[in-house]
Amino acid sequence: MKISNDDKIKMLWEMMRIRQFEERAGELYVAGIITGALHASNGQEAVPVGVIMNLKEDDYLQSSHRGHGHVLAKGGEFKPMMAELFGKITGYCKGRGGSMHFAYVEKNILGTNGIVGGGIPIAAGVGYSIVYKGTNQMVACFLGDGAANTGAFHEGINFAAVVNAPVLFVIENNQWAISVPRKWSDRLVDLSKRAAAYGILGETVDGNDVLAVYEAANKAVKEIRAGNGPVLLECKTYRWKGHHAGEPASLQYRDPKEVEAWLKKCPIKKLEKALLEEKIISEAEIEEMTKKIEQELDEAVEFAKKSPLPEAASLHDHLYV
Amino acid sequence: MREITVREALRESLRYNLAHNDKVFLAGEDVSVVGGGMGVSKGLIDEFGEKRIVDTPISENAIVGLGIGAALTGLRPVVEIMYIDFVTCCADMILNQMAKIHFIFGGQVKVPMVLKTVSGTSGGNAAQHSNNFYPMFLNTPGLVVMAPSTPYDSKGMFNMAIEDDNPVIFIEHKRIYNIKGHVPEDHYTVPIGVADVKKEGQDITIVATQALVYDALSVAEDMEEEGISIEVIDPRTLNPLDKATIFESVKKTGRLIIADESCLNCGFASEVASSVAEEMFDYLDAPVVRIGSPDTSAPYSHPLELEYIPGKEEIREAIKKVKKI
Ligand SMILES: Cc1ncc(C[n+]2csc(CCOP(=O)(O)OP(=O)(O)O)c2C)c(N)n1
Ligand SMILES: [Mg+2]
Repeated sequence: MKISNDDKIKMLWEMMRIRQFEERAGELYVAGIITGALHASNGQEAVPVGVIMNLKEDDYLQSSHRGHGHVLAKGGEFKPMMAELFGKITGYCKGRGGSMHFAYVEKNILGTNGIVGGGIPIAAGVGYSIVYKGTNQMVACFLGDGAANTGAFHEGINFAAVVNAPVLFVIENNQWAISVPRKWSDRLVDLSKRAAAYGILGETVDGNDVLAVYEAANKAVKEIRAGNGPVLLECKTYRWKGHHAGEPASLQYRDPKEVEAWLKKCPIKKLEKALLEEKIISEAEIEEMTKKIEQELDEAVEFAKKSPLPEAASLHDHLYV
Repeated sequence: MREITVREALRESLRYNLAHNDKVFLAGEDVSVVGGGMGVSKGLIDEFGEKRIVDTPISENAIVGLGIGAALTGLRPVVEIMYIDFVTCCADMILNQMAKIHFIFGGQVKVPMVLKTVSGTSGGNAAQHSNNFYPMFLNTPGLVVMAPSTPYDSKGMFNMAIEDDNPVIFIEHKRIYNIKGHVPEDHYTVPIGVADVKKEGQDITIVATQALVYDALSVAEDMEEEGISIEVIDPRTLNPLDKATIFESVKKTGRLIIADESCLNCGFASEVASSVAEEMFDYLDAPVVRIGSPDTSAPYSHPLELEYIPGKEEIREAIKKVKKI
């Protein structure tokens, strides 16, 4: 598949934005400025970027608890995201939701989710709404390997298949669900095999190779847009950090050698290397991109710091319309 | 006197029961290496192995179902639902199956299992990790519902929960795991349905649960200086409820405050208040005051969360209200 140089550079840019955002958010968490459950996606950036580059502006996103990357790739902006993490009223959810509930409805980002599997049946519903209204849209629904064992996964994907909902279900298989490895959770090698049980297409791809993810998602999106119903795409990847930012480093449930091996498969480094070799980009340009993102992050943090906190009296706001 | 934390007390009970009864096992998400969502079972995997300490897929229905099936066939399972927020994912297993099988089978079988979980708002965990959903269990006959506050009660009640032949929902609380208190090393049980008077007093009764027990005791101590004598009662078991102890206290004080973290609308405090209104009306010298989480979702933002969590400030306000009349 021919991917333009511009698109490749955009992929790098988007992945770098996610990585740098996660790193900054992690630092702010350690500094005690951000609280709550912060699930970083360092190392998994190729998945949201490779998939979402295939979506159109008005397509929908359903995300998981590890959702910063999905939101950023779908057009989320640093300032309101950072402000949300700071619990400020200038955040996407006016400080009500935090990391696990990022939502930016203007960009059809229908939320990250605190309940594992929670977004899967909702994605089926959004897909049905698209079929119902006959709009030419689709949904990308991201979930973890652990979420593939929820009841919601079975019910949501089966129903989506039955109503031929235009949904791309993306399993971000990072090998672990908190401290539970795949082998204690299911007996499959490839989770995409589950697709057969629902009579839909399934494919597994190297989730640390953004070009491979892009191609696989491109194929899936064509199927979905052709009206052939949902597709299940499994992207094999790895979570670099702890399950959440507050997880003590002393929790050594993963073999350090396993972590080490995956760190070597950095999706960003991989693309950088290819682009440098093909002379599509220079070291200096990458440096420039890094700086630009850092600067944008500085501004976002400044914005978040300066923004007001919600008034205690507004506790009951937004409960009912 | 040995002092240990609530977390350690719970672990001690689990360890005792695993060691002394080979029918007992623990299953839940992450219960082995990290000791479950709150680290309660940490280390037990090394002592008891994978057959007794079972890490599960993220399949709440199956976790509770596993417990029910095992309980029906002679084992005594303890299952963990990481946060009470996720009981919604297995509500059928709990409310229609676990609670009802003994009854619908006409008493042919028992379901001697414990479902342990944790409630409470803290740390900016936001609306889907801060719930206090237990009133739905109180509204489902057939379940024993325990919610201890002290390390002593945690151990004794957990022992009781495993020993009892009924299905027990055992609710821990996020903000009190590290609180220390006296816990005997010997095995003991705290009986079901028996409240504990945590502090005796003459003027006002506060029925408090979980973390709010500590808030109530702290405010009660301050009030002593102002010459107000407060009795603090911890029901410990929310269902069956020890109404007698509460009624006795109300007879004495004529003034009642109930402090519980479930939402006010149809929450635990409402149940206590209505029981007292029905049966103790003549003894009341002031309207009953309920304290609970406000009827809205738990917010992420820190100042909103502080406003959301009921505590000492609300108790002091309530004391002013019942005193006035
Ligand atoms: C229904 C439900 N059960 C349990 C949890 C607690 N929990 C949060 S994330 C997580 C692991 C999720 O694993 P996976 O789906 O693989 O995503 P990952 O964290 O690896 O990205 C668990 C068990 C939850 N939030 N919701
Ligand atoms: Mg995972």
